[in-house]
Amino acid sequence: MHIEAIGCEPLQLRRVHLENSRTLEVYRRNGGYEAIKKVLDSMSPDDVINDVKKSALRGRGGAGFPTGLKWSFVPKDSPKPKYVVCNADESEPGTFKDRYLMERDPHMLIEGMLIAAYALGAKTNYIYTRGEYRYLIDIMDQALAEARAAGLLGEKILGTDFSCEIYTHTGAGAYICGEETALLSSLEGMRGHPRMKPPFPAVSGLYACPTVVNNVETLTAVPDIIKMGGEAYQKLGTEKSGGTKVWSVSGHVNRPGVYELPMGYDDMEKFIMEDCGGIANGRQLKAVIPGGSSVYIMRAEAVIGKDVRMDYEGLVAGGSSVGSGGFIVMDDTVDIFESTKNLTEFYKHESCGWCTPCREGTDWLVKIFKRIDNGGGRADDAQLMLDLCDNIEGKSFCPLGDAAAWPIQSAVKRFPEDFAKHLVGSRKE
Amino acid sequence: MSQQLTQIRPLSQPVHMPDEPATFSAAVEAEIDGHLAKYPVKRSAILPLMFIVQRERGYLDPAGVLYLANRLALRVTDIWEVATFYSMIQTRPVGKYHIQICKTLSCKILGEPLITERVCKKLGIKPGETTADGRFTVSMVECLGSCGTAPMFQINFDYHENLTPEKVDRILDSLP
Repeated sequence: MHIEAIGCEPLQLRRVHLENSRTLEVYRRNGGYEAIKKVLDSMSPDDVINDVKKSALRGRGGAGFPTGLKWSFVPKDSPKPKYVVCNADESEPGTFKDRYLMERDPHMLIEGMLIAAYALGAKTNYIYTRGEYRYLIDIMDQALAEARAAGLLGEKILGTDFSCEIYTHTGAGAYICGEETALLSSLEGMRGHPRMKPPFPAVSGLYACPTVVNNVETLTAVPDIIKMGGEAYQKLGTEKSGGTKVWSVSGHVNRPGVYELPMGYDDMEKFIMEDCGGIANGRQLKAVIPGGSSVYIMRAEAVIGKDVRMDYEGLVAGGSSVGSGGFIVMDDTVDIFESTKNLTEFYKHESCGWCTPCREGTDWLVKIFKRIDNGGGRADDAQLMLDLCDNIEGKSFCPLGDAAAWPIQSAVKRFPEDFAKHLVGSRKE
Repeated sequence: MSQQLTQIRPLSQPVHMPDEPATFSAAVEAEIDGHLAKYPVKRSAILPLMFIVQRERGYLDPAGVLYLANRLALRVTDIWEVATFYSMIQTRPVGKYHIQICKTLSCKILGEPLITERVCKKLGIKPGETTADGRFTVSMVECLGSCGTAPMFQINFDYHENLTPEKVDRILDSLP
C-alpha cells in the first residue's frame, strides 16, 4: 500500500517510512518530544490553546469543528477532573488513515495528547481504539511503556510539575462509538448510546466531567503546530482550514493508500488520475465518495474538469464534503444501486437502536432494497426511498441517521439511471 | 449490535445461570487488576474484561457473566445488556478460528464475493455457521479499516489483506 505526501513537506507522514519508526529513539532523533518540551518550558495553557486556534486546525474525525475553539469550551475554574479522550474508533467505511498513523508513529499521538492534556489541565487520558485494531492497542501500550520509562509520562514529566497519564481502552465492534458522546457512554462501561447535547462533553463528558474528544489525526497535528507556531501551520492550508490533511484512498485506483495533502489542494481530478495512479485496469471513472461512506456520492462529471478544491469549502462547492477523508473510487463496472444497497446495510447494522427514525428507517430502507432485488421493484420506489430518508435526516438523535440518509439521497438523485433499471419492469409476474 | 425488531443475534433463551462464577488463574486475575486500575469507575473496565473472559473461556458464557457481575459490583443484567450491544462480544460458542470477512463497499467492489465463496466452499459452511469439529466459524462483518488493502478478512485478531482465492487457500491450510 502506498503512503506519500504530495504538494507539501510531510508532517504527519514524516517518519512513517523510517526503519523502527514506532520506537522512542527514532521519534526523538527526528524531532520528537521537542514540542512538549517547548510547551513545558515556555508556554501557558492559554498560549497553547491560542496557538491551536490560530492554526485553523479543524477536527479530522468527520465533523470538522475548529479544534482550538473546542478546547476553549472547557471551563478553567471547574473543580472536577478533566479528561482528554483520543477517538481511535476509526470505523467509517473507506477510512484507514488513523490506523497507519498509530501503527507507524505512536509517539506522535502520545505527544499530541500530552500537549492537549497540559492545555486543558487533564491528568488522566484515554485512547479509545476500535476493538478490531487489537494489534494497534499492543503497539500503543508498548509506546506508552517506553514513554513512561523515559520520564515522558507519569509523575513530573521532564522534571517539571506537570503530571499526566494516558491509558489505552478497547471498543468492541460498534460503529456508533465513533460518535463522541456514544464513545463516552462506552468508555463508562455502558451500551454505546449517544447522549443529548447540550451539555457538550467540554462541560459534562466522561464521568460528567469536562472532556475533550479528538480524533487521532487531530491530536497528531498538534506537535507540529506548537513547533512551527499556529500561524505558520495555518498558512500550509487555507484561511479556514489550516495545515495538511491525511486522506485514505481505496477502490478502483492503481495506487490505493494514505496521502497527505495541503488543505486546499488543487484539484481532485489530478489527485485521482495522477497522484493515485488513475483508474485501475484501464477503466473509466464512474463515481467518487470523497469523505468516507457518509458523504454525498459524486459523479465523474462533477470531478473531471471541474477543479474541485480539496478542503472543507471546496468539497462542499463541488457537491460533497470532507468527512473523514476516505475516498472510495468506483469505475464503470460498479452499479450504484448495488453500492448504495451495500452502504445502507452497513447503516442498518450499525444503527444503535436508540431512536426510532434511524432504527426503523434504516431497516425499512434495507427491506425496500431487498424487495427490489427479489423482483418486486416499483416505479415509485426511488421516491419512496427519498421520502424515508427525509424522515431520518435531521430527525434522528445523533448524526448517524444523517449519515445513513445522505448516501442514498445523493445516489438516487445523481444516478437515477442505475436505480431506474432495477425498478421499472423488474417485477417478475 | 443493532436491535431492530428482526434480531440478528438473539440471545438463546432461557439462559441458565450457574451458582458458581467462573474462576481464573492468578496471572489472569493480575491482568484484570491492571485494567481496573486504569479507571476511577470499575464499570469502565467491562469491555476489556469481557475480552479476557472470552479469550480464557472461548466465549462470554453465563459463568463468565456471573464472574464479571461480581468483579465489577454490577447486576447480571447489566453485563448482558452491554454484552448484547457489541458485535465482538460472543455470547455463544464460536470456532477456534473466527474468520470475519469484510463485506463493506471497498472490499465488496474489489472481490469480496470471490473470497467468501472460496472460504465457504473450502470449509463447507455458510456465513454465520461453525464447522462440526468446532475449528472454524465464518462471519460477514462491516468495514474493518483495511480498505486500501482490500479484500480482507480477520481471523481472530489477525488481519489478512490483499486476498486472492489462492491466498485464502494458503492461509487456511497453514493454520495449526
